Amino acid sequence: MTAKLLDAQDVRRAVTRIAHEILERDKGAETLVLVGIANRGDLLAERLAAQLTRIEGVQVPVGVLDITFYRDDIGLHADAPEVHETRIPFDIGGKTVVLVDDVLFTGRTIRAAMDALMDFGRPRKIQLAVLVDRGHRELPIRADFVGKNVPTKREDDVRVLVEELDGEDAVIVEVR
Amino acid sequence: MNKHLLSMHDLTAEDVVRILDTAESFREVGTRVIKKVPALRGRTVVNFFMENSTRTRISFELAAKRLSADVINFSASGSSVSKGESLKDTALTLQAMGADAVVIRHSSSGSPHQLTKWISGSVLNAGDGTHEHPTQALLDLYTMREKLGRLEGLRVAILGDVLHSRVARSLSFGLVKMGAEVTLVGPPTLIPPDVSAWGVQESYDIESVLPKLDVCYVLRVQKERQRLEYFPSVREYSRLFGLTTDRVGLLPEGALIMHPGPMNRGVEIDSDVADLPHSMIEEQVTNGIAVRMSLLYLLLGSGGEQPSDD
Repeated sequence: MTAKLLDAQDVRRAVTRIAHEILERDKGAETLVLVGIANRGDLLAERLAAQLTRIEGVQVPVGVLDITFYRDDIGLHADAPEVHETRIPFDIGGKTVVLVDDVLFTGRTIRAAMDALMDFGRPRKIQLAVLVDRGHRELPIRADFVGKNVPTKREDDVRVLVEELDGEDAVIVEVR
Repeated sequence: MNKHLLSMHDLTAEDVVRILDTAESFREVGTRVIKKVPALRGRTVVNFFMENSTRTRISFELAAKRLSADVINFSASGSSVSKGESLKDTALTLQAMGADAVVIRHSSSGSPHQLTKWISGSVLNAGDGTHEHPTQALLDLYTMREKLGRLEGLRVAILGDVLHSRVARSLSFGLVKMGAEVTLVGPPTLIPPDVSAWGVQESYDIESVLPKLDVCYVLRVQKERQRLEYFPSVREYSRLFGLTTDRVGLLPEGALIMHPGPMNRGVEIDSDVADLPHSMIEEQVTNGIAVRMSLLYLLLGSGGEQPSDD
């Protein structure tokens, strides 16, 4: 059974609210950079940046990070995990980095992302923004900015759809 | 993908695309402040080189180290092989030490294949006799695709001592697999008799081939594998088949010059030609690290049982 948790409207509102919260928490966007985790977090990061420009009139640098080489399960699957593009064309040293991902689940992806970021430089701080927090953490990690908290069963499948890849903006859950 | 990489025939066209795409990500890693990722932490890669090699061995070593694998270098001189140990016993020793991958360079064609019988990890062929050198072919394909934007339909000449060249064999197989048009050019004595089965053209006239090329791939004259009767003299070879300063002008604009190294400047390629801007010799070396990282990652990063779960 599949249910829609957020529609395009809800996604847009959540992104706008997170943009406001980031500006409020970080008191502006002077040292702010966004790094989206491939391959949906980067698209959400682009939208957040657009909102930040609209609200505050600033251009926030946006990077995309693929965490594959930092995963803790390489060699556990029949096939090596697929690799996506990484592009961080700016220095993150001394910056406030907001990591952006679509779904926060076990926390393992975020652990990998933080390790990866540290290889690019020494940020002043790292914060985490996610569109959906579905619980079931396996590591002591929490998000600073959350679009929606969704209670799920561990075996459920929560997916964020984005217009660029899927033809529409939505968050759906497949209950098993 | 296969567990081992012994020959270009082990790979499908899709495998090649995946290897080259993944290598692109590793090129990006090479531009970072810290050029190392933890992907193969705790794995052991053995470089087993029974024949002299500088760039391939160093390239594999750097590739494995940038993936955080532990690397053991092992060569003929200074090892038990020089005391007369057989390939089998050496292999069993490596197996007993728990090597996850063995990269082998050997003067006997087929030894990587032999090794797979005794080793449970992946075997990567880094050049065996006059048989194949698939990682060189893959880094050449990567370089061509990166610079020219495609492989399909590319017109490539492989020039020189094709008969003794494992690079020529692997590269021909790879290019044909990816839909390129290959012409082997050299003295008739150095073109193998069985090339009709490779799906390539052959020519003995370099100057008629050069104007129609996207890539001119120059092979090394392998003095160490050469008996004298293949051509009268090195001077005559360079006069008839060398990529000289005069001849290079026959290449169309934008065509690439490639060479697998090590070069004999003044023999198969003029020194000035090797240093031209469209000569890709250094890029080939740089790309070699990324392509070998990609192969090690794809071969060693697979093989598990559990389904994906995140």
